[in-house]
Amino acid sequence: MNLVTLSAFDLSLAACLVLLLSVLSLRMQLGLSRQIIIAALRTTVQLMLIGFVLKALFEHVHLGWMSLMAMVMLLIAGYEVRARQKHRFTGWWGFGLGSTAMFISSFTVTLLALTVIVEVDPWYTPQYAIPLLGMMLGNTMTGIAVGLDRLTQSAWQQRTIIEARLMLGQSWSHAIGSIRRDSIRSGMIPMINAMAAAGVVSLPGMMTGQILAGAPPLEAVKYQILIMFLISAGTGLGTIAALGFGSYRLFDERQRLRIDRLSSG
Amino acid sequence: MNRLQIKGLSTRHIGPIDLDITGGQCVILSGTSGSGKTMLLRAIADLDLHEGEIYLDDLSCKAMAPTTWRQQVGLLVAESQWWENVVGDHFNGEPTKYLGALGLDPEIMSWSIARLSSGERQRLGLVRLLNNQPKVLLLDEPTANLDPESMKNAEMLIKQYQSETGAAIIWVTHHHDQIERIADRHFSMKDGQLKEVELKEVKQ
Repeated sequence: MNLVTLSAFDLSLAACLVLLLSVLSLRMQLGLSRQIIIAALRTTVQLMLIGFVLKALFEHVHLGWMSLMAMVMLLIAGYEVRARQKHRFTGWWGFGLGSTAMFISSFTVTLLALTVIVEVDPWYTPQYAIPLLGMMLGNTMTGIAVGLDRLTQSAWQQRTIIEARLMLGQSWSHAIGSIRRDSIRSGMIPMINAMAAAGVVSLPGMMTGQILAGAPPLEAVKYQILIMFLISAGTGLGTIAALGFGSYRLFDERQRLRIDRLSSG
Repeated sequence: MNRLQIKGLSTRHIGPIDLDITGGQCVILSGTSGSGKTMLLRAIADLDLHEGEIYLDDLSCKAMAPTTWRQQVGLLVAESQWWENVVGDHFNGEPTKYLGALGLDPEIMSWSIARLSSGERQRLGLVRLLNNQPKVLLLDEPTANLDPESMKNAEMLIKQYQSETGAAIIWVTHHHDQIERIADRHFSMKDGQLKEVELKEVKQ
């Protein structure tokens, strides 16, 4: 590994560019200068903090600490999914739906990757487990958030159609079928596009990072392919699970459309 | 046969309502908008949460699968809804039997939804409902968008269906002439409560 370490001075040079952008925004009256500075400060503080957390975790390899870290990551991702919904499910479901689906998909796929594919010892070695889980959660979260948002918005807008189908004696699953399919598709398409464009349009971040850190390009590429496959499986499964639970929750035991279970947005 | 009994039916906005309709009977429901007519029909079709009991031929709504219930207790809303691109995709089986009676060409099955007028949509909605062979018809202003001739045709078709199948009917309308033509009983709804109205003349 021939990693060039960055000094504080190097980072401040890059920070100057952000400052410059902020000044430019002020001059052009974009109304973004404050936001740029705050976002840049957040990046710095959040990443520094996670840096310290990772450092501590790497030094104390323990399943308990790893699980705690994984749960915190899951909770934040669940909160993010909820925050991105216009018409969110009321009560516990608003948070639990996305979190459960992410737990099922991201955790299963990460666990599979760690134990069967990467085969590190112990399997919860933070150096592998945290970046893998992080990338899984980050991408699954987006898929689920997009899919759920589409589902709830479509159900909200097309409730008369859903009810018209129920009135004709269709089952709930049939009545919401086309909406559910469209929503799953919209949740999965960004990930499929990312796979199709990888390496041609964009160089994926993780691979770039590994190459910067001095890893041989072909090794980095293999890891990137692994990640892309894991992410697509995780996002696909997570989106399907979340939209399955979500559509189920939109109806009650008498198969009535319960739009009152969504917030009015 | 096809007796609809409603006992103490109430939702957040209407009721409690008791109503007993025998098969082959046509009950008119009138009342100002907002009085709860549509809500009553929705509750009977089990689309809204409700208290109380509804029976079809002594079988409780709760004892029946909701899909079966809604197939047998068919609700036709004022504005029919269409979700596929082509008309024919909304029908199970051949509806030709009813199309002619409403002055519609069987050709219409291959039309796109965008091409339909509001009157055609309403008539097709009725055809789609009858095609399901419901035992009870809940009709929410089924002829509101129709010209006088189509309206008469629709009335005749519904009456014919009723005499063939012995279906019980609840029919929401404001049309006085229509009420006189079709009503066996007439209820007026106000503030979520039903009140029986005497029919003006004995029907032939």
